[in-house]
This record gives sequence, C-alpha cells and structure tokens, in this order.
Amino acid sequence: MSEAAVTANNPARGMDGLVDDWSADKQAYHVPWGKAMMWLFLVSDTFIFTCFLVGYLNVRLTTTAPWPAQSEIFALSFGGDPIPLILIALMTFVLISSSGTMALAVNFGYRKDKTKTFWLICATAAFGATFVGMQAFEWSKLIFEEGIRPWGNPFGAAQFGSVFFMVTGFHGLHVSAGVIYLLWVAFRVKRGYYDKKGYEIVEIAGLYWHFVDLVWVFIFAFFYLL
Amino acid sequence: MASEAGQQHPLGVYYKVWILLFVVSLFSYLVDFFEVQGGMRWTLVILFMLIKAGFIVAIFMHVVWERVALVFTILAPPAVLLLLIGLMSVEGLYTEETRFVYRGHDREARALTPAEVHGGGGEHAEEAAH
Repeated sequence: MSEAAVTANNPARGMDGLVDDWSADKQAYHVPWGKAMMWLFLVSDTFIFTCFLVGYLNVRLTTTAPWPAQSEIFALSFGGDPIPLILIALMTFVLISSSGTMALAVNFGYRKDKTKTFWLICATAAFGATFVGMQAFEWSKLIFEEGIRPWGNPFGAAQFGSVFFMVTGFHGLHVSAGVIYLLWVAFRVKRGYYDKKGYEIVEIAGLYWHFVDLVWVFIFAFFYLL
Repeated sequence: MASEAGQQHPLGVYYKVWILLFVVSLFSYLVDFFEVQGGMRWTLVILFMLIKAGFIVAIFMHVVWERVALVFTILAPPAVLLLLIGLMSVEGLYTEETRFVYRGHDREARALTPAEVHGGGGEHAEEAAH
C-alpha cells in the first residue's frame, strides 16, 4: 500500500490524506469561501440563540411564580403617563433602519460606488451604536430604578432578570462587535482595498448585520411581547 | 446569481422590504399598545415575527436568490430546533403542572406592576424611584 503511487483509487493516508480530501477538486457551494464560512458561523449562532430562547421557554413554563408584566416594566414616561414598551419599539425601529442602510450598502458595493457604500455602512454602524446606547439606558433604568437583578426583582418570578440580562446582553454584544466589524469594513471600502479583492466582503458583513437584526425580531416577540 | 457577479438586484426591492418591515413592526407594537390578549395576541405576534424574519432572510440576506445546496445548508439544521422547542414545551408544561398539583403552588398568583411596587402611578412612580 505505502509504496504504491497516490492516485484517485489509492488516496494518500494520514495527514496528507486529510489535506487531499479537503482540498480535492470538489465544490458544493458556488459562493466565495468567506460567504460560505459566514453562513456556517451564522447557523451555529442560530443554535446558540435558540438554546437561550428554549431555556427561556422552559423557565417561563416551569416557573409557577408570576412572570413580571414586560409591557409596564419597559414603559417610559416623557413627562406624562408612561407609554408601554416605547423604548423597545424605538430600538426595533433603529435596528430595522440599520438593516435597510446595510442592504443598500451591499448593493452600492457591487456597483463599486465607494462613497455611497462607505457612508451607508457608517450610517449602519451609527444606528447600531445608537441601539447599544439605548440598551445601556434600558439596563441602567432596570437595574437602578426598578431594582431588577439576575437573582430577583420586586415584581414576580426571580428568573426574569437572569433571562433578560443573558439574552439581551448576548445580543447587545453581537451588535457591539458588529459595529466594530462594520467600521473596519467601511474604512477598507474607502481606501479602495476591495477594488482588487471584490466587494463580496461588504455582503458578508451585511449577512452578519442582518442576522443580528433577525435575532432581535425573535427577542422582541418572545421576550417583550409575549 | 453567479458568484463572480455577486448579488446584484434592483434597489426597489430593498426599499419595499424596508418599508414592509417598518409597517409590520408597527403592527406588532400595536398588538401590545391595544392590549390584545390570549390566543389572538400569540397568533398576531408570531405571525408578524415570521413575516419579518422571512423577509429579512429571503431578501436582505439574499437566500431566495441562492443555489439550493446553500439554502438547504442554511435552513435544514435549524429546522431540527423545532423538535427541541416542541419537546421542551411538553416537558415544561408537565413540570409546571406537577408543581401546581404536588407542591401546592398558587395558580392564581399575579405579578406586581411597577406602579404597585413604587406606590402610585405616573409621576409618583418617577418620584418614588429617586
């Protein structure tokens, strides 16, 4: 075996075989490798967020203590009576705005319109930073004014805090990382780095950003509305 | 559609989806604002959620224009999660029921509102918080 020439019928073994198998002339996905890898990452991230949300589902179902009324806890007053859930609604609108500007940035990227792409990505990052800022405000209001802790709160089920900080915290971390990632891509667009390399990178960054928006759609529904 | 050309589509489709996402988000908010409760609330919130998620994945993430090999790679593994959600729902409801029946937990327990915790509502709640 070992002295026979390496052919298609007699593939190499060991580490050489590993390299041959994965670098063979076969292609399943007709997209740039970076895009396939980003999708793979997003699928795994889907599993992480689903585990959080399923954990939340299970805690919510098994807890016999009453679940706090989100609508009123997340209400905000602008001088008059508190408006239910208004901050969360505004955060949702900010994130959807950012998704729109990102989709346009990807489109102008493929048209090689560097100026528009740069500014649209910057706008997306600005919306993202605004979202994180609003989340910081929301967290501080909940911690300092409402007295919500990961281990308890004055309203009802103690698990409310741990689910809230875990799920929105992990999402906020994704948004923050996304803002840094987008700014990095934006400056590379501006310097013309992708003229040779191709503008798929903008689309790949866009996939990540839309995913962050997608996760928020589910958090908004399951954590805040239901 | 080919990898060389990238995903190039008319701008109009993005504007339409963008507007649609705003409108559907507004609808979900209105469900809470008008205090729709019970089965209707669940139906509406989950319907609007799926519409939004569907359009983001299909149009903004270009999945509708991708080749089927990639689409299956993206959508098939998460489909397994539906099984996990189903199993955990059954398990969770069972656990809750045993707690009511055997541990004597209160079925009628009601959460406190911020107004009750801080004493009074509206501006009084603001003052009490400081």
